[in-house]
Amino acid sequence: MGISPVLWQFLNKWLTSSALFPKEASTIAPYADALYFFLLAMTLVGVLIVGALVFGFSLRYRKERSPEATQIEGSTLLEATWTIIPLVIFLVTFVWGALLYFRIYNPPANSMNIYIVGKQWMWKAEHPGGQHEINTLHVPTGRPVQLTMISQDVFHSYSIPEFRVKREVIPGRYSTVWFNATEPGVYHLFCTQYCGTLHSGMIGTVTALSPDDYQKWTDASTSGMSLAQNGERLFASLGCNQCHTGDAGARGPNLAGLYGKKVQMEDGSTQLANEAFLRDTILNPSSHVPAGYKPIMPTYQGQISEEGLIDLVEYLKSLKTNYRVQQTLTTATSTEAAPTTPGMVKP
Amino acid sequence: MSTIVSLPDQSTAALPKRNYLNAEHGLLSWLLTGDHKRIAMLYLISITGFFFLGGAFAGLVRLELLTPAGDLLAADTYNKMFTMHGIVMIFLFLVPSVPATLGNFLIPIMIGARDLAFPKINLLSWYLYLIGGTFTLTALVLGGVDTGWTFTTPLSTHYLNTHVITTGLAIFVAGFSSIFTGLNFIVTIHRMRAPGMTWFRMPLFVWSNYAASILMVLGTPVLAIAIVLVVLERTIGLGVFDPAKGGDPLLFQHLFWFYSHPAVYIMILPGMGVISEVMANFSRKRVFGYTAVAFSSVAIAVFGFFVWAHHMFIMGVSNYSALVFSLLTMLVAVPSAIKIFNWSATLYKGSITFETPMLYAFGFIGLFTIGGLTGVFLGSLGMDIHLTETYFIVAHFHFVMVGGMLMAFLAGIHFWWPKMTGRMYPESLSKLAAVTTFIGFILTFFPQFILGYLGMPRRYHAYPADYQVLNVLSTAGATVLGVGYLLPILYLAWSLKYGEIAGPNPWQATGLEWQLQSPPLTENFTEIPYVDYEAYDFEWLAHKQKQEVTTVG
Repeated sequence: MGISPVLWQFLNKWLTSSALFPKEASTIAPYADALYFFLLAMTLVGVLIVGALVFGFSLRYRKERSPEATQIEGSTLLEATWTIIPLVIFLVTFVWGALLYFRIYNPPANSMNIYIVGKQWMWKAEHPGGQHEINTLHVPTGRPVQLTMISQDVFHSYSIPEFRVKREVIPGRYSTVWFNATEPGVYHLFCTQYCGTLHSGMIGTVTALSPDDYQKWTDASTSGMSLAQNGERLFASLGCNQCHTGDAGARGPNLAGLYGKKVQMEDGSTQLANEAFLRDTILNPSSHVPAGYKPIMPTYQGQISEEGLIDLVEYLKSLKTNYRVQQTLTTATSTEAAPTTPGMVKP
Repeated sequence: MSTIVSLPDQSTAALPKRNYLNAEHGLLSWLLTGDHKRIAMLYLISITGFFFLGGAFAGLVRLELLTPAGDLLAADTYNKMFTMHGIVMIFLFLVPSVPATLGNFLIPIMIGARDLAFPKINLLSWYLYLIGGTFTLTALVLGGVDTGWTFTTPLSTHYLNTHVITTGLAIFVAGFSSIFTGLNFIVTIHRMRAPGMTWFRMPLFVWSNYAASILMVLGTPVLAIAIVLVVLERTIGLGVFDPAKGGDPLLFQHLFWFYSHPAVYIMILPGMGVISEVMANFSRKRVFGYTAVAFSSVAIAVFGFFVWAHHMFIMGVSNYSALVFSLLTMLVAVPSAIKIFNWSATLYKGSITFETPMLYAFGFIGLFTIGGLTGVFLGSLGMDIHLTETYFIVAHFHFVMVGGMLMAFLAGIHFWWPKMTGRMYPESLSKLAAVTTFIGFILTFFPQFILGYLGMPRRYHAYPADYQVLNVLSTAGATVLGVGYLLPILYLAWSLKYGEIAGPNPWQATGLEWQLQSPPLTENFTEIPYVDYEAYDFEWLAHKQKQEVTTVG
């Protein structure tokens, strides 16, 4: 009796690749799997109990063995039992899940940052050193990596199943996720939020490299300009330095050392100058006026690409003094190169 | 305290001369009817049509997924297929399934009324449903729509040029059909109960439909608003969701899920009502802990409104709101657990028989238990990150909606078929169908849980080859499942003419509907009954029958 070759191939494939759980390739993965196994056990026990009750009673009290039904109102004690026990289990799940959630969504302070820009239907990665990738992502193992992600068009979602992390990539808003890869290897990268026709084509690979290999990769694939350097160039060419000179009496506030500080706003609120804040102030300056300044900055909505904004944000994050700002300013004014009405600038 | 029930001799039964089916003749007598039973039959026919349409889309989706490459359908055709599958199945089948057919037919009879409070509005709601259905078909014929049933902005507003507006209007109109049905039920249950029919003497089916009606009336308008905003944003460029105009794309999801999460309870609650009836009847016992089961329906309806953001845990909602919504999600799981245990306990010391409705009900309990518990996986914040937007979601949702709701619907259809048509369905064939459905279901959707944990995203037209084996299993199961669903339509249609005559109470059940002739009169009751017994009072039934025998003898 021969087994169908197709079937045999399937069985063989399934058994050899043991396709029940994805590989654990990040520090998060064992934590996620632990909760998963707890939940699986909960389900198994639940199904067994319900199954035992239903089948047991069905056998014992079927009409042939139990011709007469005994009418029972109910039992408050029993009902309280099967209210409280599931409630307790669900609450344990809640706490456990919440701890895992905070672990996955709160990056460690020392993590390296990579920017991800999603668009229909590709993933662009921007490394701080200026390496650009499309539909791939190279990361080192043994080091926390934070992804700061944004979408250029619709909702996307960045999912790396082997790392057990995923986060929505939202149009016009930075979202972050982090992981610490443990095993070198090539892993799936999926867009999991339906994003139009070629949604299933918005996939790629995440390559985790040992620190040495990663170093080799970074050196080999750099474009020569870091994100901050690109940003500096953009800052000058858009004429930002005309107002943000860093002088006390300048029309725009001093940007050096701004990142990470609390900013007192004109409307009395305080805002933290993080990446999202820096991006928003460029696109939507009139709603982010710092105390003591006039709302005179024009909006740059639609004039700078998402990558350009990332460059500017990286530049501002790296800006510690205004020395170079003023240097470029003198150069710019002397040659009158700064555009008065900035057009679409791509890095 | 015991009850012996012997089934009546059906060989002498005859169809009643006058009943709601033959009271009037001609197509117009159906299309202009105010009779809740006829409207229920109109609904039954139309939702069955849409069910098989939606099923055909699902079949194409599963066939495409047989192979990893996107080879059977083009990517946008595939996207249209799963979108239409979702829209047709949810808005045109699951939402109206039990309430508009069984609920419409049974609620007035169960509470001892002659009709619903507003018969004309009831008919209007069927017409609105049909208009919604026609719009959906129009959108399909014109070229379909590929937003996914969730209409996520800004994809639906700015990035697709398919028939979003037509489909949106379809859902908008169909929503009003659901609002009117809910309104009708609420008023009927409040105002038209027969004398003596107190709230706690009502069958649990009425309770669960009442809870679902509240959700329909309060939730559906929010969906209507969300859809109108999408349509306005597409047509005149309103900037509510568009980030470039200062709108918030996440706002749409808040609005959408504010309806669409309660909507899953709109779909499942009436099904739970069916299960309560069926379990009680075939164990010849009152439902264990009637009050707890009744209130758990209400609790689900109330909590159901405060869990919508659990669809958005990874969307960048604040961590603390995620905490609150996760906690509430855990709480909403408890009433469902109570129901499952109370149904199981109903069997205890019963006198159980295993007719087709009971088999479907067992199927419901098994599959809904798995579906419900896997919902806890998704409500648990950290686990949700890995599982959401994958096939795990698809499997969970289908376990609850198909394994749960559709099983309940079929249990109810078989259980009340004798009442609705006056004839029995063929018992052994229908048992075969119930078992086939169960096996086919498990084979279709269980592999999808594994696929989901492996990370396969949903709504994928093509997928990496390592996921193929499980997809092949799933498609194979879908074939079996398809057979399981085709069988009932065939033998139920057959039974309309050739089925055994059922007689008024073939199951020896206690509900008011079973004390009437089958099929009932147009006015249900010649005189409004006085109700002096509780639901599922089998002793009352035994007593009544003994008296009848004495009187006749």
